[in-house]
Amino acid sequence: MKDFIIKEFKQIFRDYRSMVILFGIPIAQVLLFGFALTMDLNDVHFAVLDKSKDEYSKKIVDKINSSDYFILDQNLNSESEITKIFEKGIVKEVIVFESNFTENFIKKGTANLQIIADASDPNTANMLVNYTKAIVDNFQQTIVTENSLKGIVIPQIEFKYNSELKSVFMFVPGIITIILMLVSAMMTSISIAREKELGTMEILLVSPIKPIQIIVGKVLPYVLLSFINFMVILILSFWVFGMPMDGNMFLLLVEAVLYIVMSLALGIFISTVSNSQQTAMLLSMFALLLPTILLSGFIFPIENMPQILQILSNIMPSKWFIIIVKSIMLKQGSFIDVWKETLILISFTVFFIVLSIKKFKIRL
Amino acid sequence: METVVEVKNLVKKFGNFVANDNLTFEVKKGEIFGFLGANGAGKTTAIKILCGLSTPTSGELNIAGFNIYTEREKIKKNIGYMSQKFSLYDDLTIAENIKFYGGIYGLSLKKIKEKTIKYIEALNLEQYTKKMVAELPLGIKQKLAFMVSVIHEPKIVFLDEPTSGVDPITRRQFWDMIYNEANKGTTIFVTTHYMDEAEYCNRISIMVDGKIEALDTPANLKKTFNSNNMENVFIQLARKATRID
Repeated sequence: MKDFIIKEFKQIFRDYRSMVILFGIPIAQVLLFGFALTMDLNDVHFAVLDKSKDEYSKKIVDKINSSDYFILDQNLNSESEITKIFEKGIVKEVIVFESNFTENFIKKGTANLQIIADASDPNTANMLVNYTKAIVDNFQQTIVTENSLKGIVIPQIEFKYNSELKSVFMFVPGIITIILMLVSAMMTSISIAREKELGTMEILLVSPIKPIQIIVGKVLPYVLLSFINFMVILILSFWVFGMPMDGNMFLLLVEAVLYIVMSLALGIFISTVSNSQQTAMLLSMFALLLPTILLSGFIFPIENMPQILQILSNIMPSKWFIIIVKSIMLKQGSFIDVWKETLILISFTVFFIVLSIKKFKIRL
Repeated sequence: METVVEVKNLVKKFGNFVANDNLTFEVKKGEIFGFLGANGAGKTTAIKILCGLSTPTSGELNIAGFNIYTEREKIKKNIGYMSQKFSLYDDLTIAENIKFYGGIYGLSLKKIKEKTIKYIEALNLEQYTKKMVAELPLGIKQKLAFMVSVIHEPKIVFLDEPTSGVDPITRRQFWDMIYNEANKGTTIFVTTHYMDEAEYCNRISIMVDGKIEALDTPANLKKTFNSNNMENVFIQLARKATRID
């Protein structure tokens, strides 16, 4: 068993193709998505509706304007202009100050401003808002320390055109799901199919080593590598997209391991029905990857699908994992929120393991 | 003499197709038993059943003294197998291959080291030790594969067309290795398409259409079929075949 695992690792590391699939593709994908979706936040046009036009509101506007990210497009005079200016499409963000902003800040201790962002590009909108908030926060801190005041600025955030911010960060859970599926299922199925193709599988089956040991020996290295992959994607998405990491990370890791094991079981199942590496690869691609991408809710929202596809999407394990990841990463969900999906994943895992062990015995 | 392979009325059917039709034979300890037949005669099916890769439809089989249905695990420890396909890992070095196969047969590290040194010396592979098996010439690969298939000193080793695609000199050397192993008491069960190799066997069986049509020493077979070489014997028998491959 130990020898088996060592051998497997050696083979993985020596095969530059598997190394590329294992690490190159995930990193490339994350970065690709990262740069395709993280627009350059230089010189984003914003507008201001300043109802107070006093010291602090002007200072905040100056501060935002002087940062590299924003350019003041124009000052607005009434609420009705906000919609109009957004419709022109150049201004991506409008900041509204309440009247008597400075006075409220000093006397009442709270001053309100509103950040309205064009969320038709939700990812950019979210970043804009976060940057603005950071600048405002920073301003508030300086004022408070310099003048020993106790005020706080309360930013109200409004996303226009996509108020629920539906696809923000949606693709990170999606891409984690797809990549883990790709790496785990495809790589194991290919590596088992390779043993069959080369004839070494026969030798293994003639030897005293048990089928279950062969499977575990094959799978264990990939569990580890997939897990490292998962960590790499997480770290990258944190750096590149500023993906929130406030959820229960431990729970997330446990769920990820569960999903990896499920994908590996699926990979073993694929390998039992394919005799060559090509077949395994094609099967993983078309029978697994495409439905996963199309039906898991990664790209197309499941709610908008025709009834029949909605029902079909339920048999996509990835759908449930995406729900889990979103719930944990974006909504700070705890186990209570995802126990149902977890249970479904566990059932899938058991189902595929039992199926492939049965198949594995019969096949060879 | 101890009997290491005992086959009585072995039948293997795939649906209506009878791949092995009532085979009965015995192989003794230390014997080199040749298993001949045209393509599609049912050799590989039989050898797979004997190795435990496939289960028979019916028949009584004992390998290395163990029942094939109930004592499969014990059989596995006592047999070696070298398939038609090359069976070492191309992307591992010689030593790593030996270590891996030694490991799955439960050999101790010390034993594996001994064997590794022995094999490398025997095949003059000193300059190849750090190289991947993929870089070795085919002949050396095949010889190495044979040595690895007997690494756990099995009672019987099954060789399924071990010399296909190898040059005559290497084939000759390969057979020297087989004799060496047989002299140590290992039983050799070998399939081949080369009739000159058939002559090297102690006894041979010739399969036609799933049945054993002849089983004897090469000398006796030649006498019975009234020919001076094995090729002639084989062709006389194989012509009877009605199955088309």
